[in-house]
Amino acid sequence: MANFLISRLVQSLILFVLVSMIGFAVLHLAPGGPLSRFALVPGLSQADIARIGHEMGLDRPLPVQYWEWLSRLLVGDWGQSFRDSQPVLAVIGSRLPATLELMIAAILIAIVTGIAIGIMGAVRRYSIFDMLATVGAMIALSIPTFWFGLVTIYIFAVKLQWLPAGNRATIGGSGALLDYLHHLIAPALVLALVEVAVWSRYMRSSMLDVINQDYIRTARAKGLPERTVLLRHAFRNALLPMITLAGLELPNLLGGALVAETVFTWPGMGRLFLDSLGYRDYPVVMGILMFSAMLVLLGNLLADLLCAVADPRIRLT
Amino acid sequence: MSTTTTAMLSPGSPKAARPRNRALTRFRRHRLAVFGFSAIIVLVLATIVGPWFIPFDQLHIDLRYRFAPPPAGGHLFGTDQLGRDLLVRLLMAGRISLTIGFAAMLVSTAIGVLVGVTAGYYGKAIGIVLMRFVDAVLCFPSIFLLLVLAAFVHPNVLTLTLIIAATSWMEVARVVESQIRTLRERDFTKAAEMLGASGRYVMFNELLRNAVGPIIVAATLTVARAILMEAYVSFLGYGIQAPTASWENMLNNAQQYLGSAPWLAIFPGLMITLAVTSFNFVGDGLRDALDARFDLA
Repeated sequence: MANFLISRLVQSLILFVLVSMIGFAVLHLAPGGPLSRFALVPGLSQADIARIGHEMGLDRPLPVQYWEWLSRLLVGDWGQSFRDSQPVLAVIGSRLPATLELMIAAILIAIVTGIAIGIMGAVRRYSIFDMLATVGAMIALSIPTFWFGLVTIYIFAVKLQWLPAGNRATIGGSGALLDYLHHLIAPALVLALVEVAVWSRYMRSSMLDVINQDYIRTARAKGLPERTVLLRHAFRNALLPMITLAGLELPNLLGGALVAETVFTWPGMGRLFLDSLGYRDYPVVMGILMFSAMLVLLGNLLADLLCAVADPRIRLT
Repeated sequence: MSTTTTAMLSPGSPKAARPRNRALTRFRRHRLAVFGFSAIIVLVLATIVGPWFIPFDQLHIDLRYRFAPPPAGGHLFGTDQLGRDLLVRLLMAGRISLTIGFAAMLVSTAIGVLVGVTAGYYGKAIGIVLMRFVDAVLCFPSIFLLLVLAAFVHPNVLTLTLIIAATSWMEVARVVESQIRTLRERDFTKAAEMLGASGRYVMFNELLRNAVGPIIVAATLTVARAILMEAYVSFLGYGIQAPTASWENMLNNAQQYLGSAPWLAIFPGLMITLAVTSFNFVGDGLRDALDARFDLA
């Protein structure tokens, strides 16, 4: 276990260095680089901008700049927003809860329904249900999330008026939990759609793999009822790859949240990202980019560790 | 690798044409794939020749017929906020969207193959560094990365194609790398090297030719992905700009008329979904047909 832990941590560390290099490169790809915001300030000559660049250390060699940027990143100094001069981390932090709320709601829906559909499909392979689930998953994977969101708003908010068309809670409302949940339903379902498709496909194939294993045959041969075989023996083993999937799906979930937040005017990190991009507020944009990549990195590491805890076969090899 | 794959991939045998026929038969039996393939053909043909048969120009503004619901006054799919015919705009937009999808697929497949072959063939340090780099790029949610890059450039067909390609070559690289890595250990590779073939010859003539199946599958799915990616970028305001229509910016504009003219949002969305689903179906069918045993979800 110790060996596994160390090698996995070292891998993540290497990956983090590469991720930070990509982030740094993207930052310098921005037109005008970190100086872009001064280009629009009236009364600043080219020489002034060059002087600011010198004060900011932008004329030093790139490796030196990278090193400084990275060390500031590691101690939590992510720069300041161009817009309101707030520290970037604080700005992200203020929007994070809304995004997490949305993502957690969506992933819970996806895990429960996706796993149920996947098991049903594997147990009754090639049945009508399985066929429909397969086609349905393919279509769900192909529908643009925002379009599905718009259609949902049109049907449930405009026509039927069952659900609110956006926002996290009624503005000026009482802030009751029920009000929050009411606002959460539509965006969470829209975000969950793709994830349900992915989870059901993975669960189905994982369950099929397990069902063909010898120990399932043994369990059946012992005369255990099929229910027990499926739920106690097969299901628990088929769940193991799902831990990895949770980690792998994190970037897609974050991307989907950005889109869902835009459609439903949800005040989360995704909307912040888009707003900041519109304002050319690069410190916040880069902050969110790095933050989400680090979240993904951490999520994958966590998934791998959980996998090793749950499945002794992994940590022994 | 299982025995079936081994049999499938054995090169240079006199029966080399046979597996391809078998693959075609298997593909034909995959009904969804056949549906997808037909839909793509129809879509492509319709976007190319369709606009000639419609008596309206895509930019023709007719304020008397604003928001005409379908089918009114010869406008089969209705008209938009400026009285422009929706159908002809959908078809013209299809040209743009499908072009970007195909072009982005070509570029990203080229990058992916190059990275994958290099990493798989040389293995060791180069391979590890390249594949770790792929992992690192995959840590960034692709929409975020795509939007940042899109904000840096002036969006047109070329730049959009390039940035979509820049953020979607990683899957292909992974697929190719794992294929090449296993093929590299096979006897025919060793034989070629022993006969004195150069590294480049072995990479492209021996290894790559035997990894074509999985590459085709990955490429097909990349088209679907590219169209979706373009949809997201355009919807979020960084795509092809008006007056050139793409399915995605039509949707973006339709948002504000959702209550009064829902068809403006429904048709472009259906077109995107149809195109993306079709490519996904074809990719799925090809995967079964070519028996490519890899995972590409």
